[in-house]
Amino acid sequence: MFSTHAHDPDLHFSEKLRYLPWGFVFVVMLLSLFGVAMLYSAGGASWKPWAATQLYRVIPGLLLMLAIGLVDIRFWYRWSFLLYASALLLLVAVVAIGHTGMGAKRWIRMGIFVLQPSAYMKVVLAMVLAKYFHQLTYEQIGNPLRLFTPAGLVLVPAALILIEPNLGMATLLVLFSAAVFFLAGVRWWIFGLLGVGVPFAAQQAWKHLHDYQKQRLLTFINPEQDPLGSGYNIIQSKIALGSGGLFGKGFGMGTQSQLNFLPEKHTDFIFVVLAEEMGLMGAVLLLVLFFILIAYGYVISLNCRHQFGRLLGLGLTTSFFLYVLTNVAMVTGLIPVVGIPLPLVSYGGSVMLAFYIACGLLLSIAIHKDARLDGSAPQ
Amino acid sequence: MRVVRDTDLGRLLTRRALIVGGLQVGLFGLLFSRLYSLQIAQGGRFRTLADENRISTRLVLPERGRILDRNGTVLAMPEKNFRADLLPEQTPDIRATLQRLFSLLNFEPAEQQRILKDIKRSHSRLPVLLRDNIDWETLALLELYTPELPGVMIEAGEVRNYPFKENTAHIVGYVGAPTDQEAGDDALLNEPGFRIGKSGVEKFYEENLQGEPGSVQLEVNAYGQQVRELTREESTSGEALKLSLDINLQEFAQNRLLQERSASAIIMDALDGGIYAMASHPSFDPNLFSYGITKENWGKMNSDSLTPLFNKTLTGTYAPGSTFKVVVALAALEDGVNPHTHVFCPGYMDLGNHRFHCWKKGGHGGMDMHNGIVQSCDVFFYHLGQKVGIDKIAEMAARLGLGAKTGIDLPHEKPGLIPNSEWKKKQFTEGWQPGETLVAAIGQGYILATPLQMAVATARISSGLKIAPHIIHPDSEAEKPVFAPLGLKPSSLAFIRDAMIGVVSPGGTAAASRIGVPGYEMGGKTGTSQVRRITRAQRARGVPKNEDRPWEERDHALFIAFAPSQNPRYVATVVVEHGGGGSKAAAPIARELLIETMKRDPAKTLPAPLVMPVSVKPVPAPEEDEELFQEDEELPGAVGQ
Repeated sequence: MFSTHAHDPDLHFSEKLRYLPWGFVFVVMLLSLFGVAMLYSAGGASWKPWAATQLYRVIPGLLLMLAIGLVDIRFWYRWSFLLYASALLLLVAVVAIGHTGMGAKRWIRMGIFVLQPSAYMKVVLAMVLAKYFHQLTYEQIGNPLRLFTPAGLVLVPAALILIEPNLGMATLLVLFSAAVFFLAGVRWWIFGLLGVGVPFAAQQAWKHLHDYQKQRLLTFINPEQDPLGSGYNIIQSKIALGSGGLFGKGFGMGTQSQLNFLPEKHTDFIFVVLAEEMGLMGAVLLLVLFFILIAYGYVISLNCRHQFGRLLGLGLTTSFFLYVLTNVAMVTGLIPVVGIPLPLVSYGGSVMLAFYIACGLLLSIAIHKDARLDGSAPQ
Repeated sequence: MRVVRDTDLGRLLTRRALIVGGLQVGLFGLLFSRLYSLQIAQGGRFRTLADENRISTRLVLPERGRILDRNGTVLAMPEKNFRADLLPEQTPDIRATLQRLFSLLNFEPAEQQRILKDIKRSHSRLPVLLRDNIDWETLALLELYTPELPGVMIEAGEVRNYPFKENTAHIVGYVGAPTDQEAGDDALLNEPGFRIGKSGVEKFYEENLQGEPGSVQLEVNAYGQQVRELTREESTSGEALKLSLDINLQEFAQNRLLQERSASAIIMDALDGGIYAMASHPSFDPNLFSYGITKENWGKMNSDSLTPLFNKTLTGTYAPGSTFKVVVALAALEDGVNPHTHVFCPGYMDLGNHRFHCWKKGGHGGMDMHNGIVQSCDVFFYHLGQKVGIDKIAEMAARLGLGAKTGIDLPHEKPGLIPNSEWKKKQFTEGWQPGETLVAAIGQGYILATPLQMAVATARISSGLKIAPHIIHPDSEAEKPVFAPLGLKPSSLAFIRDAMIGVVSPGGTAAASRIGVPGYEMGGKTGTSQVRRITRAQRARGVPKNEDRPWEERDHALFIAFAPSQNPRYVATVVVEHGGGGSKAAAPIARELLIETMKRDPAKTLPAPLVMPVSVKPVPAPEEDEELFQEDEELPGAVGQ
């Protein structure tokens, strides 16, 4: 029933470095530096106020990523539930004592750090879901009763995040979890059932939305209706994007971003700064880098020989993808503004750190793809 | 029932990963196509929108053209001032900005209301005037608080300055903010602080004076603060206009009129129609309008019965009185009437059951046309008018420029009125009455003329040309107007001029006002325009002298003149409202004006400018000179008309 450690000798440090997918590390670094460059431009071609701070985060972030990657995957496997429990505690704490910023409780002050537990939750949730499904057989997965535990693991933090309130993050959490469920082998009919049930639930949820959230959704339907209200941001964002054209207005020359017509240009709308100043070419280049990153994630995950690594890797990759999709769709006016940053590029400490941790875990999966884990279901 | 039972979770995952991955690739494709649509397909539209965001185009106001007199003395010029504007489109929160502004500066509630109203009405791209003519202290305060007042701009504007104030007010005019109707959709006229001509030359030559606006493109940030200037197209200043006016003569005339309560005078070139002086009293300071006149001041001037805002030389219409006799005489001469035919004046003339009086109680005795003019005998002209008829008189009047606008290049001119039988039929159902011809023959009744028309008629008689007046000085010989001959017999014109010289010679009604220097004498004609009808009862009691009547009931005094008498170059018209007799009140003023004109000789055609001998002084007017038209009186036993 259970495999032993005997056939899974620990790797030497040098071996780990050899197995390390340096291409992946390079892409992460490139994206991070892309972000620093755009923040430099958004700050008016100046290191202040964002670019320098961001750079000071990128370096320890990359080191943290490498460190996490070098830690044995079994360590993460073993401590998954404990990490999840701690993230859940933090979420509860945020709801209880959280620091109110932007009309929502999302942050918690821990000494000099400002922590956004929801960002960590998404990483550790991928871990516990991967571990849970790792331990089930195909038949067990087919039993709907087996799904209550993982559903609870998803819905409890999702509910807490929704209460914060952070609709975007909660939606993302549920969506990427659904991907993990699907990849783990949950039957199609379950998803069919959800396809009917969720819209109904959404209707119920509508009644509990914050006024600004309702407004955002409504304004999304017709942003021009209220050009100086909530629709203002997205109109200015589209103007900035559109006016960038094919080659852009030049680095540091974006009129929309430099003259402050563009809102939140250093966080949620950093992609727009890039698209305005470097045009479609710059925007596509960045998206291609993300595409490579995600493709890398797939390769690492599918090359892994244990279900935990595969599920965790694909979960994290999907989460990455959802962030990019949501952010870009949001700033291009495809979906309402939900306050989702662009991974690794947007300014912001705790969210960034969560991304580096996720990348670190992917590295760990790549290095320890042959590791034998406890509790795997018989193949 | 399941056909395939795949128990290999790894292979299942790979298959499903391909589905999820495919979905993700598809969504990436969606993002690419969205970016293509925004950046390439709609790029042009968004570039325009981005430029509209950042570029604020403002007009550069043109400098208004200066107005000069014939010698280049400045009569109107632009002067810098500062004002505060608000650009609504660059004010994120108008209410907050205004609140801050109102707390910084003292704004009257009415002023606040006005600003709020203007903001509501204006297009957001056009600036709204907050306060005009701000002083240095306010200016410094506003500059200091600029960051707290987004969209508030200090603009350097201009105000109109009129150095000669009251003395040129009626000719040069004044400027003021355009009314909504005048402004319409014109961007320039809607600029705050922009002024257009409201009267005088300022109004008539608005297009020449206005100039062409330039524009400046400014790059502004989201808070409306100016980042830099992108392009600038300078404005073109308005044309400088040179008037035929001689400011020295103008000041002289205006100052002379100060001695009267309400009067007007014109000095005009008899040959080219140029106006040297055009005085109207009382006057006003046009500078008051430049700074935005107060309601109180405006009301006071508007309700003043002496109408300081009106140029009486153009807008005042008066019965020309005896000055009209030269028109009647000319009509008679052209009609072939023998000027030497004698008429006996017993002091009145009876027509039907009405008696028409001569101004001279005892009568003039035997009169021919020359003496009829010289002594202004009413009875002679009753007979002459009867002989010639109203229609021929009216025709001659029209030929001399009466009864229609002269077409001078100044606004608000009145046409006056010359009646004829046709007009009478149209206006009233009954036809022209014979008695009305008698009244018309001495310039009373329906006849109305402006002082300018009288000046034009005098110039036409002096020159034999169809002189038309103008206020603009022709720049070159080529632009000098050429006038067609009137088509009157030179002998007729010479006869009239000779009679008019007689008026200012011993025995004439204005003998007292002769200049007395050979070669520089003047010719003229007195006129008294009766203001009220004299009833029989009054006549029975004895008509009170002008001095004994209330001012408003006194007659208007008129005088038309030309000089030098033998070779006329200058004409003058003087009207003193309620001044009494023309010979007493108007002729002396005309004399002074013509003396001053010939001394200065603005046309530079006299052999030598006039030098007045010290000994020559105007002779006091004889008592008999009282020239008062005595209206028709119903004869005893007559039935009322």
